[in-house]
Amino acid sequence: MKKQVTLLKEYTKGLWEINPVFKQVLGMCPTLAVTVSAINGIAMALATTFVLVLSSLIISIIRKLIPPQVRIASYIVIIATFVTIADLVMKAQFPELSKSLGPFIPLIVVNCLILGRAEAFASKNTPVRALFDSLGNGTGFLIVLFIIGSIREILGSGTILGFHIMPLTFEPWLIMILPAGAFLTLGLLMGLANFYVDHKKNKERESIIEKFRSSKQLPTIETEA
Amino acid sequence: MEFFLLFISAAIINNFVLSMFLGICPFIGVSNKFSSALSMGMATTFVMVITAVVSWLIWHLILIPNGLEFLQIPSFILVIASLVQFVEMFIKKVSQPIYRALGIFLPLITTNCAILGLALLIAMKDYTFIEGIFFSLGAGAGFTLALILMAGIREELELADVPKPFRGAPITLIVAGLLALAFMGFAGMIS
Repeated sequence: MKKQVTLLKEYTKGLWEINPVFKQVLGMCPTLAVTVSAINGIAMALATTFVLVLSSLIISIIRKLIPPQVRIASYIVIIATFVTIADLVMKAQFPELSKSLGPFIPLIVVNCLILGRAEAFASKNTPVRALFDSLGNGTGFLIVLFIIGSIREILGSGTILGFHIMPLTFEPWLIMILPAGAFLTLGLLMGLANFYVDHKKNKERESIIEKFRSSKQLPTIETEA
Repeated sequence: MEFFLLFISAAIINNFVLSMFLGICPFIGVSNKFSSALSMGMATTFVMVITAVVSWLIWHLILIPNGLEFLQIPSFILVIASLVQFVEMFIKKVSQPIYRALGIFLPLITTNCAILGLALLIAMKDYTFIEGIFFSLGAGAGFTLALILMAGIREELELADVPKPFRGAPITLIVAGLLALAFMGFAGMIS
């Protein structure tokens, strides 16, 4: 029997513990493609979250009605419906933003993050849990896209959300807004995230050993200088 | 000549993986062995060409004349999913060796955004039927090229002493970044 976790935990795990980009390595195409600027990243992440939350909710509600053999096809149809809504709303309300995101709004359909959460979580849990899980994953995705978008925008054009923040003498690094910059930024960020996790794990292990030693009065191992 | 330029442009200058970020998942997931990268590339190219043909026909003969443009996304993704299923059954019947070589990769192609991206781009750019076929051939060739280049590098990378936090996905992304830099050199080859 799986231990039931609190709803808050269901939400917060998406932020870091199972972060869609850093930990699950899902949804890489939009992460790399649209993060030329922070605003693009935010728009993309919001559209993805919209589709993720609503499709998770619907899938979770009808999870007992779908025969297992055709579940993937049914998920895709549900997701495609919400993506169409998101695409048409973006086109009508924010034509410029929609143009700069290009085919990536329609491509949310094949974002593995959404199908991945549907298959791994929404199809096995109650609607309320699915709602919190998808909100958490969406927020995690938003944070990562915003960070990458900001880094690329600051270094690549010297602005953030359209405001100039770098000194006038700053020469923008053209590479950051080119495709190569996207790969390098994400690769380095992912490496840093792994480094931080390893570092924290090592520290925890050391502190546990330390506690054990001081409480049990074990003989400490002599280390050679 | 015009079609040849379209092919080269889709394959190298606007490479699907390295400059348009389509199909990153298989690019990172299936690029650790040269042989599987080649199989994946070929299977994807095959599905791409068929998808281009079928989605072009649906878009121009069914959706546009009936004013059903808003059904583009659901109909394209259903076409791709059923095509992949059909191709899988067809190959299984016709040639067992090819089926065994491609077997596991075929279902993965459904969620490859390069396929849906290709269908959407052909509709968006209003290519003619023949242009669409050359564009999809070029896209497939470019995808295969990127995949086997990456696989070759990653086979060497296995022996390299990569810092621990960077092993796996991070170093792959950084290598992809360097590859993208190299592909930037092709920009402007065709004006």
